[in-house]
Amino acid sequence: MSSTALLDKSDPPAAGAPPEDRKPRRNFTPWVLLLPGLLWLILFFLVPILTSVSASVQTGNFDDGFKLTWHWANYVDAVKPYWRQYLHSGIFSVATTVLCLALGYPVAYFIAFKGGKWKSLLMALVIVPSFTSFLIRTIAWKTILADNGFVVRILNDLYILKITSKLGITVGTHVLASPGAVVCGMVYNFLPFMILPLYTSLEKIDPRLLEAGNDLYCGTFQTWRRITLPLSMPGVIGGTLLTFIPAIGDYINAQLLGNANTGVVGQSIENLFLRKTDGYPVGSAMSVIMMVGTLVLVMMYIRKAGTEDLI
Amino acid sequence: MGSTDVLGRTEGGDLRLVGLTKRFGAFTAVDNLDLTIPQGSFFALLGASGCGKTTTLRMVSGLEDPTAGQIFLGDQDVTDAKPYRRPVNTVFQNYALFPHLDIFENVAFGLRRRGFKSVKPQVEAMLELVELGHLAKRKPTQLSGGQQQRIALARALINEPQVLLLDEPLGALDLKLRRQMQIELKRIQTEVGLTFVHVTHDQEEAMTMADTIAVMNHGRIEQLGSPAELYENPATTFVANFLGQSNLIPGTVETSTDDVVTVSAHGRKLTLDAKRCRSVSGKVILGVRPEKVQLAVSEADVPSGFNALGGTVSDASFIGVSTQYLVKLPSGQEISVFEQNTGRAIQRPGTEVFVYWDPSQGFGLDGSQDIGAGAALDEEGAA
Ligand SMILES: Nc1ncnc2c1ncn2[C@@H]1O[C@H](COP(=O)(O)OP(=O)(O)OP(=O)(O)O)[C@@H](O)[C@H]1O
Ligand SMILES: [Mg+2]
Repeated sequence: MSSTALLDKSDPPAAGAPPEDRKPRRNFTPWVLLLPGLLWLILFFLVPILTSVSASVQTGNFDDGFKLTWHWANYVDAVKPYWRQYLHSGIFSVATTVLCLALGYPVAYFIAFKGGKWKSLLMALVIVPSFTSFLIRTIAWKTILADNGFVVRILNDLYILKITSKLGITVGTHVLASPGAVVCGMVYNFLPFMILPLYTSLEKIDPRLLEAGNDLYCGTFQTWRRITLPLSMPGVIGGTLLTFIPAIGDYINAQLLGNANTGVVGQSIENLFLRKTDGYPVGSAMSVIMMVGTLVLVMMYIRKAGTEDLI
Repeated sequence: MGSTDVLGRTEGGDLRLVGLTKRFGAFTAVDNLDLTIPQGSFFALLGASGCGKTTTLRMVSGLEDPTAGQIFLGDQDVTDAKPYRRPVNTVFQNYALFPHLDIFENVAFGLRRRGFKSVKPQVEAMLELVELGHLAKRKPTQLSGGQQQRIALARALINEPQVLLLDEPLGALDLKLRRQMQIELKRIQTEVGLTFVHVTHDQEEAMTMADTIAVMNHGRIEQLGSPAELYENPATTFVANFLGQSNLIPGTVETSTDDVVTVSAHGRKLTLDAKRCRSVSGKVILGVRPEKVQLAVSEADVPSGFNALGGTVSDASFIGVSTQYLVKLPSGQEISVFEQNTGRAIQRPGTEVFVYWDPSQGFGLDGSQDIGAGAALDEEGAA
């Protein structure tokens, strides 16, 4: 070392050479580590999407096989007869997201700020029902909302169903087989996805910030409006996305709790795939439309939420 | 100054705490506190960790409800007023700046909540006052600790509160920045003329900044007074030990007149100024600050009329500006001596010496107290 230090002038090229030697090897390792993940993504994400997109412009049927004919008219067939289903999917998922936020925010707020030593237990209670199968929980709602159940009886006694059936939320004196029942089931099923991120962001808020707000002329509501709400926005955004994205694709609730007039896109796709021999291409086109549509909506939402306070 | 125009406040009044008490369950954090803090003064609340300083401030700001007692601002009873209705603002120990707002909006927060339409001139003037105008667009996390502290100060000050509460605002800063901020705070207080109640457990900080210091111990005020008063005439052993260092010598009163009290201690007669003596009969504790004590090699060198005690140097540490000696008396007690560096030779450990001091520089305390109270609780030991 000491001898090379004396050879000041010949040092730089000598020092520059070894790193050039090492470079390829240093870049190789990350690729190896990435490989399993990349393969997984290609196999189970990229290939299915490309298959769907390609299937959406094919023609044919199960007996003769499908051919790639660039039949873009499939997209017209995927929209025109099904506009009601798109509308239902949109309304149900937006209503579900809004209701989940309205119900989930107070719950998350209460657990985060007033839960004290019960916090973990209360959060566990929020999550535990999800350990049961989605399907079984949805079927359970059939019992809860059954015509001879106490829920419907009370709602009838209070004349609430009269009002809601006028508004088109329920049908007659029943709750089951109505848009209202579908949204009930969806809200119930997706509520934990709303509460979890909300709780996480609310729980992180330093209570001393709220005291500072109190000290600076904010009453309870203003403290919430000016400090708690802005600081919990990441939770609101996360929760609404985690609720909205699965909700817009969901069709189990519509299937089990809805009626003939509450069809959603998922149900139509299922019908096209499983019950029609030549439905494959149009079904694929509907999937692509839903995927792209959701992606665009979510991107717009994130952009709006990311740049401004959204409130 | 321009800033006094922005904040100029003439009405108002003293902050008065009457019988203020706070209990947490069976534990009494603040015990029957009576305190008057004059308007426009820089008041320091000094005490060891856990003695109830923060609790007192939180009751004044309204963030904590007192168990008993009242709080007055001028002649207005604010005991039950909500925190957001009190003309009191707090600079929090941890700053508590709003992370989602930039510096400008943090400072403007209070004015906006009170419905001020144009806040720009005030905010800019305030940022100028704390010399951080150039950082208005940053977020709190992009500031250094010292800058955050100044913003926390600006955010509270801009509201022109009648009383500004500062809860160990300098606690997180390093020594150099702390000294700098102490000077800054004092300057700002003088400029705006508001009442500052400054909580600290750093005695040096309290002494350099405050007009009046209250020393708190176990939820009670031990003593109240100007820094010099507290230092020269501590009322209790706690104050004597907590505020600087003291040599405390237990003794018994022999005779006492209106002027002089004679105490026998360590087999010698020591005299005290009667005016600086809290107890003039029975057991007393005689106190003297280390820098008031001098060393002599023989008793002949002790000026007449001075108190003197013989002993052996047990430790000598040269600090530069001074030499700190420990002199062991035959009884085993050690007397601490700070001798200014005047070029005199340093006495080596083992040397027989006499410690002596001017009787007018000593103070007398009630002998029934714990002589070591507050001794271990200096600045850093408090944490
Ligand atoms: N919410 C509470 N519940 C129970 N005890 C409390 C509570 N708040 C404070 N205390 C107790 O009251 C006492 C005084 O606390 P306080 O925070 O006023 O101390 P402090 O003087 O500010 O101390 P430090 O210098 O460490 O900040 C402490 O012993 C503390 O443990
Ligand atoms: Mg404190």
